[in-house]
Amino acid sequence: MTVEAATQPSKLRWGELEEDDGEDLDFLLPPKQVIGPDENGIKKVVEYKFNDEGNKVKITTTTRIRKLANARLSKRAVERRSWPKFGDAVHEDVGSRLTMVSTEEILLERPRAPGTKQEETKVAGDPLAQMGKGGAVLMVCRTCGKKGDHWTSRCPYKDLAQPSETFIDKPPTDTNAAAGGTKGTYVPPSMRAGGNPERTGTDMRRRNEENSVRVTNLSEDTREPDLHELFRPFGAVSRVYVAIDQKTGTSRGFGFVNFVNREDAERAINKLNGYGYDNLILRVEWAAPRAN
Amino acid sequence: MRPILMKGHERPLTFLKYNRDGDLLFSCAKDHNPTVWFADNGERLGTYRGHNGAVWSCDISRDSSRLITGSADQTAKIWDVKSGTPLFTFNFDSPARSVDFAVGDQIAVITTDPFMGLTSAIHIKHIARDPDDRMAEIGESVLILKGPQGRINRAVWGPLNRTIISAGEDTLIRIWDSETGKLLKESDKEEGHKKPITSLSKSADGSHFLTGSLDKSAKLWDTRSLKLIKTYVTERPVNAVTMSPLLDHVVLGGGQDASAVTTTDHRAGKFEAKFYDKILTEEIGGVKGHFGPINALAFNPDGRSFASGGEDGYVRLHHFDPDYFNIKL
Repeated sequence: MTVEAATQPSKLRWGELEEDDGEDLDFLLPPKQVIGPDENGIKKVVEYKFNDEGNKVKITTTTRIRKLANARLSKRAVERRSWPKFGDAVHEDVGSRLTMVSTEEILLERPRAPGTKQEETKVAGDPLAQMGKGGAVLMVCRTCGKKGDHWTSRCPYKDLAQPSETFIDKPPTDTNAAAGGTKGTYVPPSMRAGGNPERTGTDMRRRNEENSVRVTNLSEDTREPDLHELFRPFGAVSRVYVAIDQKTGTSRGFGFVNFVNREDAERAINKLNGYGYDNLILRVEWAAPRAN
Repeated sequence: MRPILMKGHERPLTFLKYNRDGDLLFSCAKDHNPTVWFADNGERLGTYRGHNGAVWSCDISRDSSRLITGSADQTAKIWDVKSGTPLFTFNFDSPARSVDFAVGDQIAVITTDPFMGLTSAIHIKHIARDPDDRMAEIGESVLILKGPQGRINRAVWGPLNRTIISAGEDTLIRIWDSETGKLLKESDKEEGHKKPITSLSKSADGSHFLTGSLDKSAKLWDTRSLKLIKTYVTERPVNAVTMSPLLDHVVLGGGQDASAVTTTDHRAGKFEAKFYDKILTEEIGGVKGHFGPINALAFNPDGRSFASGGEDGYVRLHHFDPDYFNIKL
């Protein structure tokens, strides 16, 4: 739904009136237009009304009408359709979103015929996974112990073996701050390999360390909200971090942005590398050089 | 296709069943209230309140007037489908698991779990048509069958109500005579399942049935001879099976055990219902979307839609696109 404020006289009348007359007829609103469902099932309803401040606003509602299925009901079934609700459904208000149509189109995915390309997935977006299952059994990950899926450095369960992010204490030249941890540090039992089931929720979010982008040459007063605002147009951002000097409170000139999708991260790098932001030219690249 | 998501249950789903006309879908879950939905748009019609434990399965009478549910609170209840009022309660000494109406809806088979020294048992009970006082007299079991070790996960009526087919944790399928209670046949140990059987689904005409098991396979059996006809192999333990009444398709749903989920792939919406060709046993495809293992599957009797229920508490109702009916392997 889009709302546009129109302070000029309505479009329908401007050609017929002189400037002065246009003001007098401001209180009239153009009629509601319904642009019926087109071949894609998209229906637009354009209404005009006055909002609280007295401005004329145009409200365009775009809905997509989609027929999901034909219901051919027997006579009994038609009767059942008019049964009153009972149990917990009695107090159901229209706003309760118990039944929703999926926003994604789900297909009956045919299995891969041998020789065709493997489906691109978030985690296995690298050539290693597509090399086929020939040598796959030899791929052993030391962190999670899985064979044939990924090497230790590409382990999506990295945080099973390493402590949580140690950004604050790492010097800026340690480029692996985002991706790796240190050996020999104490790992609490809940974070070791074979962690408890509650970790899966957070693990899902942690996994996008692969989609981490490093931004350098930031100005002194750049903070997390600025980076978030800057990178948000490229896609969903799960985490932003700006390295701050504890003593002076200013930015140390670099930060990290974690995207949910790798493609968004890639686009952000292409677009923002070299971009002028607050009088400095940004350098934007993958956080871990091996991420390509 | 655009599945319709129905989140009426707070806990994992255990069972799904369509009524005979295919316009109502009944869902049972570990929260204590079975729910009924309209099968075309997924709108909720009502819930059946009264159970005190997880509801493991349900069945609907042919005229869609009576619903029977089996629950972990050691009871099986009969409900009036339209109003949601419980009409009768069968009490047992252990959790009730599988329920099935016989042809004619005069009798029903209810299985109970092994519990505190009691072995698992199959009960046959009379169902009276009217919810009047006569029900109280007929609470006694007509017949009780004992014998299997371990839990019986599913027991259904055979053709013409002459036999009862049971399958459970001891991996064997047994066919019992419903009049005398004698064990007629047992599935062959060699070719049978190697791990507990989790689900059983009859074909539309009752001539063959499909069992799914934790050994990552599903097997198709002939009802009268208990001969193994086909085997379908997957990569995940099978929790639910169903057959299409329209095409020769078999659908398997499963996934890792809930406790083992941490060690598997984290991709959201990854759990899928797999379609296989019934005769060629080859995989046709999969329908993804569930966020947890699939515990229940049901095909609409018209064969044009199916529903899946998962560990995530969602029921996903899928209406097939026209090109589903043209799939050629």
